[in-house]
Amino acid sequence: MNYNIHDILFWGLSAMAVGCALGVILSRNPVNSVMFLILTFFAISGHYLLMNAQFLAVVNIIVYAGAIMVLFLFVIMMMNLNADVEPQKGQLVQLAGVISGGVLFLVILAAIKSASPIDVDKSASQIGLIDNLGKVLFTKFVLPFEISSVLFLSAMIGAIVIGKKEDTHVINK
Amino acid sequence: MPVNSTHYLFLSLLLFSIGIMGVLIRRNAVIIFMCIELMLNAVNLLMVAYSRMFGDADAQIFVFFIMVVAAAEVAVGLAIIVMMYRKVHSVDINILNRLKH
Repeated sequence: MNYNIHDILFWGLSAMAVGCALGVILSRNPVNSVMFLILTFFAISGHYLLMNAQFLAVVNIIVYAGAIMVLFLFVIMMMNLNADVEPQKGQLVQLAGVISGGVLFLVILAAIKSASPIDVDKSASQIGLIDNLGKVLFTKFVLPFEISSVLFLSAMIGAIVIGKKEDTHVINK
Repeated sequence: MPVNSTHYLFLSLLLFSIGIMGVLIRRNAVIIFMCIELMLNAVNLLMVAYSRMFGDADAQIFVFFIMVVAAAEVAVGLAIIVMMYRKVHSVDINILNRLKH
């Protein structure tokens, strides 16, 4: 029983991630689901820090917990969703869903349980630091990086076009 | 028991399965969308773990691109959900089966 701080943190963060993920799918109130999902993202960021992927840990917090989940919260509050208007599936359908997910889990578990484990390198690796990632991103992956900016532009235009009211000119007439 | 790659594999598989279950048991479109984000994050976690174990930075760049695509996807997807809410005043996905009529 030679637990060190790395393993203790791993188990703690794993328990937090799985527990909060269960909270996401089980809580009735959509706002609580969003809060649980933010906690899950924080746990996953903790895992990134544990693996010394510092850039991804920070980006995960800023992009996911900061931007995307705030967008979800805005939409939920704009629609005024709460536990009272939450649509529920029938017990049988929920049971079937849980069984399907569990069977998927078991099948993949059976497939990968014989995978040979690779030990985690406990020494501090420099891979996940921002200077190394920046060099790789702007040499090897510079074309996908530029294309992703076009993707963002098209997503922005698409969201505006989809989201704008269609019947404004009808009202004006 | 020291942590190795199999632990990360199991953790990521568990998170992914929880995401699948959420998609199957919930009817609220916003929650289903959040479960898809959860599945994306499970995959990200596994990619970072293997990037660390094989000492290769490419996987972390891939995770970065997955986050970029997820952000774009959320913007468009939430716009679609808002539009649907404006039309039918509900985010219940069972209403969407009217599309087939």
